[in-house]
Amino acid sequence: MVNYRSRDLDRVFATLADPTRRAILARLAREENLSISALAEPFSIKLPAVMKHLDVLGEAGLITRSKHGRTVEVRLSPAPLRGATEWLRFYERFWSTSLDRLAAHAERKEDEARGAEARAKGKRR
Amino acid sequence: MRHLTLVRRIAARPSIVFEAMTTAEGVAAWFGPDDLPVVSAEMDARVGGAYRVHFRTLDGRDHEACGEFLELVPPRRIVMSWSWELGGVFEEQGRISRVEISLAAIAGGTELTFTHAELSNEPSEKSHTWGWTGALNKLVRHVESAAAPDAPAHH
Repeated sequence: MVNYRSRDLDRVFATLADPTRRAILARLAREENLSISALAEPFSIKLPAVMKHLDVLGEAGLITRSKHGRTVEVRLSPAPLRGATEWLRFYERFWSTSLDRLAAHAERKEDEARGAEARAKGKRR
Repeated sequence: MRHLTLVRRIAARPSIVFEAMTTAEGVAAWFGPDDLPVVSAEMDARVGGAYRVHFRTLDGRDHEACGEFLELVPPRRIVMSWSWELGGVFEEQGRISRVEISLAAIAGGTELTFTHAELSNEPSEKSHTWGWTGALNKLVRHVESAAAPDAPAHH
């Protein structure tokens, strides 16, 4: 069942609305662990601006940062992205399971009906 | 608007499948996303009649789906409105969607075509406005395959 909140989803979508932040995420998806300066390199913006984007991504739970000596390593945290797509799959799971159970139920009823019909036929003879 | 279509071939005649989908006793036997039994079901199977199904899921949550029969053609077609009175999908609360079922007689039983239409597409509407839905989907797929512990790329 879907158990995240709409507000969290809004935050994820708002965070992803910015092209620089999407580029940062895409790069982290490819390269796993990057220092902040390595992350900032391809962008024509200053380090403080990159830090600001990282703060937004961090607040949405999309990245984690950890300090190693003098460098801060940035890592992708994909769970909120999964949440953003999960509800779309909800109905598919719900109905798929239900219809499998419906089929099993109807097939049992069909067997019962055939048994009853065979007995009725036997009695008429 | 989003919709979902599923097709099942069932080794039972259409009238039996129809009954399983339009009676309280029938619905109570199969409705729900896991193996927990339905708590209660009410089906007033006539055009304009109401239905209500209350079920509980393994995570302990209570859900209640309800609506109205819009079309009934035994044993071939059922159309009903659908909304969540309780639980269900958060994004869908307070919205009305539409369920359409058609049953065709085939050799050995029934082909059931199930469509849940007019589902909310709130996140994708927003994403269209921002023009990145394809990018997001690709990113999500990429991230999921990279992060899945059993992804073949890691072995």
